Amino acid sequence: MKGNEALAESAMRAGCRFFFGYPITPQTELAAYMSKRMPKVGGTYLQAESEVAAINMVYGAAAAGARVMTSSSSPGVSLKGEGVSYMAGADLPGVIINIQRGGPGLGGIQPSQSDYWQATRALGHGDFHIPVYAPSTVQEMADLAYGAFDVADKYRTPVMILGDGMLGQMMEPVVLPEPVDPATLPEKPWATTGHAHQRPHNVINSLYLTADELEKLNVERYERYAVIEREEQRAETYLTEDADVVVVAFGAASRVARSAVNAARERGVKAGLLRPVTLWPFPVVALEATIPTAKVYLSVEMNMGQMVDDVRLAVNGRAPVDFYGRTGGVIPTPDEVLERICALSEKVGE
Amino acid sequence: MSRELQIVLAGFGGQGVLFAGKVMAYAGLIENRELSWLPSYGPEMRGGTANCSVTLSDEPIGSPLVTTPDVLVAMNQPSFDKFIDVVREGGVVIADTDMVPELKEREGVKVVGVPATSLAEEAGLKGLGNIVLLGKLWAETQFCERATVDAAIEKCVPPRKAALIDKNKQAISLGIEA
Amino acid sequence: MTEEKKEAKVVFERPHALLPVVTNYCPGCAHGIVQRLVAETLDELDVEGRTVGIAPVGCSVMAYDFYGCDMIEAAHGRAPAVATAVKRVHPGNVVFAYQGDGDLASIGMAETVHAATRGENITIIFINNAIYGMTGGQMAPTSLPNQVTQTSPYGRDVATAGYPVRVCELLSSLDGVAYLERVTVDTPKNVRKAKRAIKKAFQTQVEGRGYSLVEVVSTCPTNWGMTPQDAFGWMRENMLPYYPLGVYKDVVADGFANAAEAAAARSAACPIAHPEAMTEGGAR
Repeated sequence: MKGNEALAESAMRAGCRFFFGYPITPQTELAAYMSKRMPKVGGTYLQAESEVAAINMVYGAAAAGARVMTSSSSPGVSLKGEGVSYMAGADLPGVIINIQRGGPGLGGIQPSQSDYWQATRALGHGDFHIPVYAPSTVQEMADLAYGAFDVADKYRTPVMILGDGMLGQMMEPVVLPEPVDPATLPEKPWATTGHAHQRPHNVINSLYLTADELEKLNVERYERYAVIEREEQRAETYLTEDADVVVVAFGAASRVARSAVNAARERGVKAGLLRPVTLWPFPVVALEATIPTAKVYLSVEMNMGQMVDDVRLAVNGRAPVDFYGRTGGVIPTPDEVLERICALSEKVGE
Repeated sequence: MSRELQIVLAGFGGQGVLFAGKVMAYAGLIENRELSWLPSYGPEMRGGTANCSVTLSDEPIGSPLVTTPDVLVAMNQPSFDKFIDVVREGGVVIADTDMVPELKEREGVKVVGVPATSLAEEAGLKGLGNIVLLGKLWAETQFCERATVDAAIEKCVPPRKAALIDKNKQAISLGIEA
Repeated sequence: MTEEKKEAKVVFERPHALLPVVTNYCPGCAHGIVQRLVAETLDELDVEGRTVGIAPVGCSVMAYDFYGCDMIEAAHGRAPAVATAVKRVHPGNVVFAYQGDGDLASIGMAETVHAATRGENITIIFINNAIYGMTGGQMAPTSLPNQVTQTSPYGRDVATAGYPVRVCELLSSLDGVAYLERVTVDTPKNVRKAKRAIKKAFQTQVEGRGYSLVEVVSTCPTNWGMTPQDAFGWMRENMLPYYPLGVYKDVVADGFANAAEAAAARSAACPIAHPEAMTEGGAR
């Protein structure tokens, strides 16, 4: 199954019956899959007039209490920034997929990780975060999409799956999760479904004209973020127990990095891989565990160096942090990464 | 070395290199192995060059993008020229000589030419040169059990084109014997 | 004094669908009238309990606090997209958006046109007062030629700022639309007419006939710099000739059950739009 299709199927199995999108390469298979499958299960696939409209439809469906999703690729995700900010401000759950391509501007259509900053720092205006998951296999595309809906509902927040063109387009075997019947999902008492004169009217809103009131709500939201940071960090470590050189990489880049780490081990270099699965919250706990043996960190990314900021913050000066990346849609090769690992190993071994 | 096979299949869009790669991937799936299939995508699909990376392995697969293939299947001259020099030492190149008129020898690499397009056409299997080459690829590498190839074809041919299943199987045999 | 038993007779009261709160509208603003007409309609159709309203960005941004039904505040111009999704999730709900001219006809034009052409079974109440009120009186997409605003201080120069958008005329060409009417609320008679139009628009939705929109030509005494009476006078003199009142589309009056039937009749000569009429072998 293609990564894009696995993601779509898995979202439906999580009880998502509403999909609003707009065509853009390289995420289009996801929308196509939804358009084919949604009508068969009584769901809604709607091709919106723009990404802006699509994310605002997500806002509306979420307000109405449904599990809802949209997907796009980098330039389209920029357009969705508005709606995501409003969702965060109105505490609405929903899942946003970004199958990244090279940028800035129209950029290219080859796989890239150039939206790390956007996803983790500034997906829209205002003071907010959203959980960001970075799958690295087709199986993980399915698993994380499935779980994203639970996280979104639990914390009443938009959640992003940050994939890339390579993960979206590639086929790998996948075991799909068990389907959930949307009718069995917990009620959302805050949703705007019509009050039937049984309760006061519900309001979904992000406008607060009194500064004190808005501050209070933002502080409360950050208390929720603190729980997410504590509870939802996820990472995979590979051969890091005794690693001198700790490679940090996510998504497609982590696949390359893993090959490079294996090759380095064959050469006797103690290399390991820390693979963040959550980009926000950044897995500082998993990174902390690598500090005792690490002599150097190497962030490997498909951009000009974005996640490396978070690696530096987490390492906090306790070891040097290096970066290797390719940009514009170029995928680094294991050999390039291996070369950098070996060079770093020699340097810190001196 | 673990039993890992990395393949690049390349040609013009429409020749079916992605489909041939998909059959390999399904063969891996049927035999419960680790596999990945990664296509080129975008404007390349519109009649330009197309290629895909397939990896079959017994270990979890690192990068699914094959940069140094064990096997190259080339269905046109530009693809042959583009990839011939990155084929791994000891690797195999299978080329459709109808489409790759200028085969280049490389030391340490076995280059096999098969006039796949015309073979297919003569056997009444027009358009299945890709599958003929896949048959040859199987003959050279035995990347799965023989019966698995046929089973994978049954999985990959969409139901509305079920009539083509037998033709694809014939094309495999044709390639193996070529 | 003799105790005469007199039953108090209620002749006027707040509609149930309007909450007992103080609005933020300026004195003399027509928003209050239109908002009340919508609330009366919700009461009369007995749909408040299953209604979800979408508030815009503009002077009526706080409308979510004024209506008694469930309410959603949308981003600027996006109310039709939000309304679309709410209706798709709960087709049994009555869903309306309340929007101004900047929200509907400028930043939200794409959402407006596409919700209409999709034939979303929603109702839009559109207040056209030819100015951006909340931000302090800037030129709107419906500001008239030579109209002076904060951002057209020499008057709207159509050579550079282009022409006003006539929303009802524009939308009337779209197949998804079931009912369009332009009204105003300057006199009791016109208020009654506006009420009938708004009620008809909601009924159109309740009966599942397609997209409905009522444009209310309105005033902005504050930003126009006039008394409410003078504002209505200016409106009658200048706006109504540019934005003539009347029904712009009514598929029922045209003899159709709904927008879909009207659309089908209009495309009768197009084979692919009518697969059921195609002869065997003609379908693609």
